[in-house]
Amino acid sequence: MDFTFDTEQHALREAVAGLLQRAYDPEKRRAVTKDEPGFDEKTWSQLAEMGVLGLPFAEEDGGMGAGQAEVALVATEIGKVLAPEPFVESVVLAGGLVAAVGTAEQRAELLGPLAEGASLVVFAHAEPGSRWTPTATGVTAAQGADGWTLTGVKEPVPSGARADVLVVSAAVEGGTALFVVRADAAGLTRTGYRTHDGTRAARVTLDGTPAELLGEGTADRTADVELALARATVAYAHEAVGAMQTALTTTSEYLKTRKQFGVPLSKFQALTFRAADMYVSLELVRSIALWATMVLDAEGSSPEAVLAAADRARLQTSKAGRHIGKEAIQLHGGIGVTAEYSVGHYTSRLTAIDHLLGDGAWATGRLAERIDAGTVEALP
Amino acid sequence: MQLHLSPEDQAFRDEMRTFFTTQVPQSIRDDVAAHRDVTKEQYVEVQQILNAAGLAVPHWPAEWGGRDWTPLQRHIWREEMQLAAVPEPLAFNASMIGPVIAAFGNQEQKERFLPETANLDIWWCQGFSEPDAGSDLASLRTAAVRDGEDWVVNGQKTWTTLGQHADWIFCLCRTDPGAEKKQRGISLLVFPMDTPGVTLRPIELLDGGFEVNEVFFEDVRVPAENLIGEENRGWDYAKFLLGNERVGIARVGATKRMLVDAKAHATQITSGGRPLIEDPSMRARIAELETELLALELTALRVVSNSSDGKPNPASSVLKLRGSELQQAATELIVDIAGPLSLASFADDEATDVPEWARSATPEFLNYRKVSIYGGSNEVQRTIIAGTILGL
Repeated sequence: MDFTFDTEQHALREAVAGLLQRAYDPEKRRAVTKDEPGFDEKTWSQLAEMGVLGLPFAEEDGGMGAGQAEVALVATEIGKVLAPEPFVESVVLAGGLVAAVGTAEQRAELLGPLAEGASLVVFAHAEPGSRWTPTATGVTAAQGADGWTLTGVKEPVPSGARADVLVVSAAVEGGTALFVVRADAAGLTRTGYRTHDGTRAARVTLDGTPAELLGEGTADRTADVELALARATVAYAHEAVGAMQTALTTTSEYLKTRKQFGVPLSKFQALTFRAADMYVSLELVRSIALWATMVLDAEGSSPEAVLAAADRARLQTSKAGRHIGKEAIQLHGGIGVTAEYSVGHYTSRLTAIDHLLGDGAWATGRLAERIDAGTVEALP
Repeated sequence: MQLHLSPEDQAFRDEMRTFFTTQVPQSIRDDVAAHRDVTKEQYVEVQQILNAAGLAVPHWPAEWGGRDWTPLQRHIWREEMQLAAVPEPLAFNASMIGPVIAAFGNQEQKERFLPETANLDIWWCQGFSEPDAGSDLASLRTAAVRDGEDWVVNGQKTWTTLGQHADWIFCLCRTDPGAEKKQRGISLLVFPMDTPGVTLRPIELLDGGFEVNEVFFEDVRVPAENLIGEENRGWDYAKFLLGNERVGIARVGATKRMLVDAKAHATQITSGGRPLIEDPSMRARIAELETELLALELTALRVVSNSSDGKPNPASSVLKLRGSELQQAATELIVDIAGPLSLASFADDEATDVPEWARSATPEFLNYRKVSIYGGSNEVQRTIIAGTILGL
């Protein structure tokens, strides 16, 4: 049992932190997120050069062969500066699915370019009117003489308009299968828009769109999707921890410098106690995020253990993110609600993360089904 | 990063679990699990069993019975004791005055007190809080005035837990009323509770029990050699001691046991025509508490796994705060599961059909309001976090 990172991991963190902190301050982030594609292509390339975009993929697939701990480090640094690059969306989630399900040929073809920053791959999964399900119903797949075609609507798809490749979930007979759709495919219409947290999403309409089956056979891929979503959830937990940390530091600094009634706000216990409670929330969620990452990386962790760990991380992230995000704004006062100041953007991103893959109440419902299993073992 | 315990630590955990569940009498563990009062004789019996096996004071220096364990092993030791419902070694002896004497006492004091303190041959009580010195402990007024070879003590202490069983008291006294800072004029004296001039008044608590007392001192003569450490350095020893008090204060093992019990109780209660455990809102509440408790346990593990370099992990301040809140949440859950049955709290066995767990639920809930007050109230913890961690 060891919660600490090793020397190599520390070096990775410092390199990524250095790159992202040079790339982003609140001003630069606002400028970058104003223009398409909502992130900085140069920063994305630099992350690729550093090996970050191939971290979790096997070396033979063009990746670095690293584990979830390295992914967690990167996600945390992204959260700290609110870097809008779609690391979790593309590398962890879409890349993770290709790595888990794709054939050797598909892995080499898709993951190599993703790792090099040459091709942005995203997972088109959410469908209007349903939420947080590992299955697809609104988009259906049909097999014709010339291969598979997809029809239906996916929305919201993070970075869906900018993506070079879409991994699309679709209903097939007997369940949900995964398909690869190229940006230039016929019958593909993508309408991108800006989201509240400064990133981008899109409506993706498929109309008899040619698609390539990901992996072999049309066996139901629901379990694979669930596991990939769980891994992305844990990575998001780290991104959220990074964001919460900055939100708290920013708030503490503000309390020390902002004066009212002739004294710094830090003289008011009504405010400092609330900041102390934010710290408690932060450390608790940090613990559970680190633990969930270790569960993901541990040999012999069952799929059930991984899903449960992700749900616990999701629940704690949701609670802590809401607590810290809302208090960060309140303790700042009016400036916290402005787009010109940084702290509110952290709250906005935390709110987005909470709703991308399942919020706390939803996780509680899933965990409530499992309470008969006995004591929760921290160290199995 | 590594999830699993090392094989050595796994073996250590198994060894502890086996010892606590086989060598400590089941009847005593049943009493603890049922939230019954633990008698003085039971405390002594268990601590002597532990001490004989080297498990009473493992955190002391090795020459006085300590073990060369890692912080993680000490954590496992404590957690396993709580999970097995073993009455823990008396905190006043094992966590408070013992380590202080070992660190600051003279050789004679160490030899005189430490073996008997470890074995609970001496039962210690704590003379710290006073009616006008609670969270603001340094404003204490109990005075010790030097008279020849003696100190003469006058004043009053309060919240003296289990003082009714105590043989000796360790007592913070003001020895230099003129000191520039109030913290500088305090000394730590120890003396027997049957010294002439010491009287004790039990205080009844909301649960009907007697665990705290007021202690009055009227011209109590204490020999000069009963000063621990240096004169007017008592505040430093108190801080050292209170630091130890916060170790293990998360009490994750004890809360875990309460949640397991709560689930069992919820199967016995019918609500809306089905067992309460099947009620979705009850299940959600338990799932949330289990997750909160897991987060706390993992934070405790982070603290112990990082503390080997001697530096305290800043996250440790979270443990007291959150640990007390979750203990209280667990007692509240059990009251809510008992529902109307919880009203039968003071009924004797023969006078009621209500099961014991439901009768003890509310007294326990009321009693547990104390845990966010003692050992540095949660408001004091927030002050520490805001001040020393956030720099506010």
